[in-house]
Amino acid sequence: MAITDTVDEPAAVSGGTRPRAGQFLTWLGVAPFMIFALLFLILPTAQLMVGAFQDAQGHFTLNNIARLFTDDILSAYWISFKVSFVSAATGAVLGLILALAAIQGGLPAWVRPTLMTFSGVASNFAGVPLAFAFLATLGRIGLLTALLRQYLDFDLYGTGFSILSFTGLTLTYLYFQIPLMVLIIAPAIDGMKTEWREACESLGGSGWYFWWHVALPILFPSILGSALLLFANAFGAVATAYALTGSSLNIVPILLFAQIRGDVLHDQNLGYALALGMIVVTGLSNAGYIWLRARTERGRA
Amino acid sequence: MAFLDIKQINKRFGTQQVVCDMDIAIERGEFVTFLGPSGCGKTTVLRMIAGFEAPTAGAICVGGQDITAQSPQKRGIGIVFQNYALFPNLTVEQNIGFGLKVRKLPRREIAAKVAEVLRLVELNGKEGHYPHELSGGQRQRVALARALVVEPKILLLDEPLSALDARIRKNLREQIRDIQRRLQLTTVFVTHDQEEALTMSDRIYVMNQGKVEQHGTAEEIYTQPETEFVARFMGNYNLLKAEEAHQLLGLQIDGHMAIRPESIHVLSAGSHELGTFEGVIRRHQLLGGVIRYQVESRGVALWVDRLNRNVADLLPVGASVRLQISDDDMRVVR
Amino acid sequence: MTRTTSRIGAWIAMIVGSLYFLLPLAATFLFSLKMRRDALSFDAYKVVLTDPQFQATFGYSTLMAVLTIVSGIVLVAPTAFWIQLKLPRLRAVVEFITLLPLVIPAIVIVFGYLKMYNSSAWLPLTAHERSTDFLLVASYVTLSLPYLYRSIDTGLRAVDVRGLTEAAQSLGAGWGGILLKVILPNVKSAILSGAFLTFAVVIGEFTMASLLSRPAFGPYLQLIGANRAYEPAALAIIAFLVTWASMGLIQVFARNGRAKRKAA
Repeated sequence: MAITDTVDEPAAVSGGTRPRAGQFLTWLGVAPFMIFALLFLILPTAQLMVGAFQDAQGHFTLNNIARLFTDDILSAYWISFKVSFVSAATGAVLGLILALAAIQGGLPAWVRPTLMTFSGVASNFAGVPLAFAFLATLGRIGLLTALLRQYLDFDLYGTGFSILSFTGLTLTYLYFQIPLMVLIIAPAIDGMKTEWREACESLGGSGWYFWWHVALPILFPSILGSALLLFANAFGAVATAYALTGSSLNIVPILLFAQIRGDVLHDQNLGYALALGMIVVTGLSNAGYIWLRARTERGRA
Repeated sequence: MAFLDIKQINKRFGTQQVVCDMDIAIERGEFVTFLGPSGCGKTTVLRMIAGFEAPTAGAICVGGQDITAQSPQKRGIGIVFQNYALFPNLTVEQNIGFGLKVRKLPRREIAAKVAEVLRLVELNGKEGHYPHELSGGQRQRVALARALVVEPKILLLDEPLSALDARIRKNLREQIRDIQRRLQLTTVFVTHDQEEALTMSDRIYVMNQGKVEQHGTAEEIYTQPETEFVARFMGNYNLLKAEEAHQLLGLQIDGHMAIRPESIHVLSAGSHELGTFEGVIRRHQLLGGVIRYQVESRGVALWVDRLNRNVADLLPVGASVRLQISDDDMRVVR
Repeated sequence: MTRTTSRIGAWIAMIVGSLYFLLPLAATFLFSLKMRRDALSFDAYKVVLTDPQFQATFGYSTLMAVLTIVSGIVLVAPTAFWIQLKLPRLRAVVEFITLLPLVIPAIVIVFGYLKMYNSSAWLPLTAHERSTDFLLVASYVTLSLPYLYRSIDTGLRAVDVRGLTEAAQSLGAGWGGILLKVILPNVKSAILSGAFLTFAVVIGEFTMASLLSRPAFGPYLQLIGANRAYEPAALAIIAFLVTWASMGLIQVFARNGRAKRKAA
């Protein structure tokens, strides 16, 4: 996912007042897009959300929502939350460090475009193939596992590690989370003026002083906002987890996947409630991202 | 020895020589301008004084002490940037107090000094505002206050007015000069605007392609350019090639002849004073208080300025006039 | 002094980072060569590439990707153009809609389709294979909205849409001519970037295809992964190369676009 910052320019005033027919034609120009969005994005989602508050006969009920609060489902949300949180927080920190190193580290000029292109690839290299790559690396017969055993006499799986576990999944998610962070945070780092550092230096402030009192406070909303986007990104991911762990790890997307497939519960309305829960979680974190981004942009203006 | 003494300074970026053997001497309390087109090396010299760039060769001394290898933090030199470079996360008060906080001054003392310098730049009442809530001119005054409050030995101004509107630019120009005089602050000002340089400076260094073309007081630079470049850069000059000078005035010279438009006297067509020559008005431009005529004489076009006294004074296109230039006003430049 | 230490730190960060990112790729590649017990070989690739299932699913997904790109561009480009030209006050709304697929997880969207278009619904799109294919393409267009809209919108902002349109109008061009002959050539590189990004996202997509039960490459990958040892590694490498190729092409077109704009 490549998300670059957009800054809204002042909207140009469209050509004066027109007769009603012209106005109608103007709106007709966006009709195809609006109809598409309605049919394939908004209505389906809205139906689910409504369905979450209905029983099988279509009557209003809060029963589905109440049934989310069972141990099994709550623990699924909890594990999902943990994986998303840890992979987002770690991804944000490591991605920030990598981006800083490439952009402000005084490295040769080729480093930055190389990192950016690679990040474009890696952030899109999610899903099933990524799971394969990590199985081949850190799986029970993975290459790194084998190498560690053979040359360092270190039994990775003896330590309780498993690629199918919480740690394994988080480690795998980082493979697309870190590059995603690099891509989102790069514009913010570019926005850091060299003169800020120089002004600080001329006033006697050290490098650390600058980082602590100027650079981090300026970057903080962007960092936090990006981390929220990373969180939503991990929370909704299905393919990687499913290909990696099958149904053995109890996280919400997989639970929902199984639910839709009809493997386990086969209770549509509960499924709708599960979906609603996911939208609420990812929606909240995205709202946080948008709010923080708007705040940063206002500060720059 | 001068207060700020720059000796044989050089700067190379890769294979590109940006600053070449410059010597600059600035006395305590002087307001000195580095004037030149973009890429002439003026900003690089400024950044070397501040310590952001290390010279490839040469030395920088302040008050007799060699600071060439000193870090920017230890130099005690203040700088104001073209784009203000205010810290966007800090209020006006915090921005100005930044350098004092670095020096770990007691809070009360910081507050007192900040209040004082805010009064100096006439921004009292704006303490709690954030930079993005201020206008360009206000931001630049905050930046100035931030540099001033730590009482720097030298103040560096890197094109501080370029990003501002013409009207604000003029006001701020006077305000800066005023504060500088009051504080007796040694100041280096970088600009590409000759009018700015002339109105503000005690002395000017005109720079071109990494070298000092000429230095002197504003009056000297304006009235006595030594090179063709300076004459051109200060604007308005009539620059005659050797053959044109010969054609017009019958003089044999090396290089160019520079004549200021306002130093050419216009006499009525009937006048037969010595050393005059005839010309025809080709066109005129109204510059406000001055009317600038283009006069053609012996195949050479000259710009001639006359005060705009009243409408009846206007010389019509096609009119014949006689021109007179005194010897002192004809400068041969390299 | 501080500059050098920070540079050393930067190098360390880059090297550790490269290790983390390259190690799994190297391991996967090596693993994919180990199908023959005694020697390294490309046997796994041979098996995979000659598998008719692979060819069928990869072909199917490629077709779906192409259809997605074409319909996505036809849908998004005129909209973005129209918004900039005539309805700037709708910009925020449209932008918000295009960002929704980042908020609503793919699995939720497809779940919604299954509810809304099931065989007993008013529009039973899932009842027939061809109409399900249509639904899959629609879902992919939805998924790619954020990328496609952003890159086209950015491209349009970089050229003076209003000026170009008005100039063309004053020269007597119709709307079709303006879009195809004036606007499109100017944002070609932006559109192509969006297209390749879409391709990279769609080609190995699993959730939508799997839940709509379409014979696509993503579900095939998953199936092989569950049942084989070395072939998945080979497939992962192939998928990585496809992604890399898409990104590489984006770079090429982005650079061309920039060079052209500079020359203009």
